[in-house]
Amino acid sequence: MLFPLVGLLAGLLFGIGLTISQMVNPEKVVAFLDFGGIATGTWDPSLGLVMGAALLFAAPGFYIARRREAPILGDRFDTPQRRNLDGRLIGGALLFGAGWGLVGYCPGPAIAGLAFGRMETVIFVAFMLLGMLAYRRLTAPGHDIAYGQ
Amino acid sequence: MENFTPVSALIGGAFIGLSASLLLLSLGRIAGISGIIGSLLTPGRSGAPWRLPFVIGLLLGPFVVMIIGSALNAAPPEITIEASWPTLVLGGLLVGFGTRLGSGCTSGHGVCGIARLSPRSLVATGLFMAAGAAVVFIARHVIGG
Repeated sequence: MLFPLVGLLAGLLFGIGLTISQMVNPEKVVAFLDFGGIATGTWDPSLGLVMGAALLFAAPGFYIARRREAPILGDRFDTPQRRNLDGRLIGGALLFGAGWGLVGYCPGPAIAGLAFGRMETVIFVAFMLLGMLAYRRLTAPGHDIAYGQ
Repeated sequence: MENFTPVSALIGGAFIGLSASLLLLSLGRIAGISGIIGSLLTPGRSGAPWRLPFVIGLLLGPFVVMIIGSALNAAPPEITIEASWPTLVLGGLLVGFGTRLGSGCTSGHGVCGIARLSPRSLVATGLFMAAGAAVVFIARHVIGG
């Protein structure tokens, strides 16, 4: 019973944070990625500050977690263990970044953005899910796929 | 930098960081949105009972802000999407496929991964930032202008 409640609360905090920080507004994300705007004075550093503040409040959690045997409710910490850089990580990050720059949506703000009832968001999320399903279809069963991160 | 909103960025970012800390310390899980959605799309992997409630909370978060905001007479969040429909389709496919191939997005790599100093996440975050910036540069300053 506690797992779904904690999940809901964590999702709520995340969605509230994305909305307050205006990261649900693609124009604001693109304005951050537009480093050409530094010269013209139109650059918007807000996204960098959002990530900085998020890191500031997430890092203590990860620091405490490293000193604990298990989480408060679960039986173990399920964090990714791989440390190697491979083509999939690099290619995936580049493809994701290209799509992110095209529209200004990454997965969290796109899902939360559905709350604003815009048809553009619905189309983006529909094809984002299709892209995820396409990835699953293209990778053979038993393939080493890292979930969770 | 007339559009820079440092206060709302810091407050919103704090909420996101708290969400990641809560999920990790209570359930031992990473708050990576693409991983959560990807798992929900995978039969047999969606068994963890916290993922669907997380996504529901993510969807409800904006409503909470809007309800509290309207009580305080604050302006509703402004949403501007400049992308054309074909761009939305291509962008959606790239974000969906890319985040699964690269095992993470802005939350999983950019926040949680960097918070735990994962070298994979540091590299991934640098690369998706660079790719995003390159696409925006081409769209705005090479093609557009």
